[in-house]
Amino acid sequence: MTTAPSDHDTDCSVDHPAGPLGWVDTRLPVVGVFKREYVRFPMPRSLNLLWTVGAMLTVALTLMLLSGLALALHYTPSAADAFASIEEIERRVPGGWLLRSMHMTGASLFVGALYLHLFRGLYYGSYKAPRALLWLIGMTLFAMVLVTAFAGYVLPWGQMSYWGADVAGKAIAAVPGVGPLLERMFLGGDHPGDGTLHRLFVLHFTLAFAVLGVVGLHIAVLHVSGPGTPSGRPPAGPSETLPFHPYFTAKDGLALVVFALAFAAVMFFLPSLIVEPANYRPANPMRTPPNIEPEWYLLPFYGVLQSVPSKLGGLLASVGSILVLFAAPWLDTSPVRSARERPVYRAGMAALVVSFILLGMAGARHVQGVWLYVGQAATLYYFVHFLALMPLVSHREIAAAKRAP
Amino acid sequence: MNRPSFLRGVASAAIVAALLSPASSFAAKGDHDPAPKRAWSFDGPLGHFDLASVQRGYAVYAQVCSNCHGMEHVYFGDLRGMGLNDHQAEAVAESHTVPDGVEGKTRPATLDDAFPTPPVARGLTPGAVIPPDQSRLAVVYPGGPDRIYALLTGYGPPPAGVTEAKDTFYNRFALGRTIAMPPPLHDGSVVYADGTQATLDQEAQDVTTFLAWVAQPHLDERRRVGVRVTLYLLFLGCLLFILKRRVWSNVH
Repeated sequence: MTTAPSDHDTDCSVDHPAGPLGWVDTRLPVVGVFKREYVRFPMPRSLNLLWTVGAMLTVALTLMLLSGLALALHYTPSAADAFASIEEIERRVPGGWLLRSMHMTGASLFVGALYLHLFRGLYYGSYKAPRALLWLIGMTLFAMVLVTAFAGYVLPWGQMSYWGADVAGKAIAAVPGVGPLLERMFLGGDHPGDGTLHRLFVLHFTLAFAVLGVVGLHIAVLHVSGPGTPSGRPPAGPSETLPFHPYFTAKDGLALVVFALAFAAVMFFLPSLIVEPANYRPANPMRTPPNIEPEWYLLPFYGVLQSVPSKLGGLLASVGSILVLFAAPWLDTSPVRSARERPVYRAGMAALVVSFILLGMAGARHVQGVWLYVGQAATLYYFVHFLALMPLVSHREIAAAKRAP
Repeated sequence: MNRPSFLRGVASAAIVAALLSPASSFAAKGDHDPAPKRAWSFDGPLGHFDLASVQRGYAVYAQVCSNCHGMEHVYFGDLRGMGLNDHQAEAVAESHTVPDGVEGKTRPATLDDAFPTPPVARGLTPGAVIPPDQSRLAVVYPGGPDRIYALLTGYGPPPAGVTEAKDTFYNRFALGRTIAMPPPLHDGSVVYADGTQATLDQEAQDVTTFLAWVAQPHLDERRRVGVRVTLYLLFLGCLLFILKRRVWSNVH
């Protein structure tokens, strides 16, 4: 699927439009690239609906950056004024309530769509050769997005913001040796305060735009090998592909409107699904809330953190549960890509999704009572899936492939 | 292939997990009576505030609640959102005084001034419990408007065998069934400008509606915009559905 140099030459030399655009195109082949990488880009015709999530993510990211920029114009990153500036945005800045609910809904749905995208990658084996680098860049994006989302949640400086930063600081402090130093660097002092807000505001902003850059890289690498397929087999020839435009423009467009409808439903009618009321209490260092919990999308990792009965162990398991995803291309070496053709792996994927949901539920219940065991069992399976099931299934499939003629 | 069975497996496991979950959120159930559910004008995804009730509720707030509670994030100009015009809001503002400069001078408030916070809410009364700020009370108070209403109307003599400590009052909806706030509302606590009979129930109903409005002043507008956006998107979705079908009609 790689583009031969000769194609490139043809595209750039034949298709120059006339006029000023042609003048630019001979010097910077924007028109040629647009036609080659978008209009005529060959897409496997068998792609299912899960392959439209990428477009949703791109649009949601753009919305996050634009609404975030507008919010930043009115936000004050200081412990004394942050909460009041959010109140000002919600109550008196014209359209401020709309901007903020867009940004809050966007954060939840963006990470939600990201989980769907990640699931699709794992289920259909999108991480396998020749797409290992695409997977690594995608996982880097995932980690960056989680950090950005956490930093953003601290900025309103409500009770959950403050105590979330406090818990994160204590988790960092569990690193042996340098932990306390790292905690001080993260908090900018002994406890969350002005220093923390300044840091996290800059981090939130910087990472958000870095994410945009890495998304560009992600798409560029995608265009080298092209998208995978639900069957896992690359399209046999041009008869099994369709040009991106108009076929996938129309399909992605329809999917985007469906996504926008879900977005509007949550943002306008069901905001209680994503809004944490406790964060409308201003940060109070003297009063620990009874339930400190992060946003729903961080709950599974919070569940892992709490399920391990040691501070350092919990931190390692929690960070490890993200890092192990990076290693997927090297843990699963089977030539069979799609879970559709791998019954054992497919059952394993179902169990992985269930454990991930259970971890989130255990995280929300502070792994109390029976949830401690649920959390521990789910954590165990999560790692078994990647570290044992993936290599074992691969081993068996490779052996079977060798036996077959 | 077997995808439906896969999805079914995930869904049933999630349902089993939900059924197994202990009701941990009800752990504190014994600490107060559950507030009965009430019908509010702003309930549900398409509800909207009864602005007459919001305005009457402001009267209750201004004459009773604001003696002790602050509402530091709300400005007099924000009152225009409950249906007052500029002159009416200015008249309300001018009836309050706010500090002017550092020498203890005061001046009449303007639309750009926040509601003044009474001394007790600023912690300036030694030994007094600090009353919570009411800017977002209806959102952050566990139980929401239902429980605020229940609390305001839930004072009564303690059951036999229970004696209240000094300066606290028995209220079966308060945390621990005891509260430092004296019963704030009685029949005729306020006089309504629109002639509505100021019974305890009416006052509690109105002030709760006002607190709910002030906690989410743009709720009505949010829902109005939402209906328009949803209709637009549904129309656009139909067009794109037809477009997609036509574009893909020659693919088999």
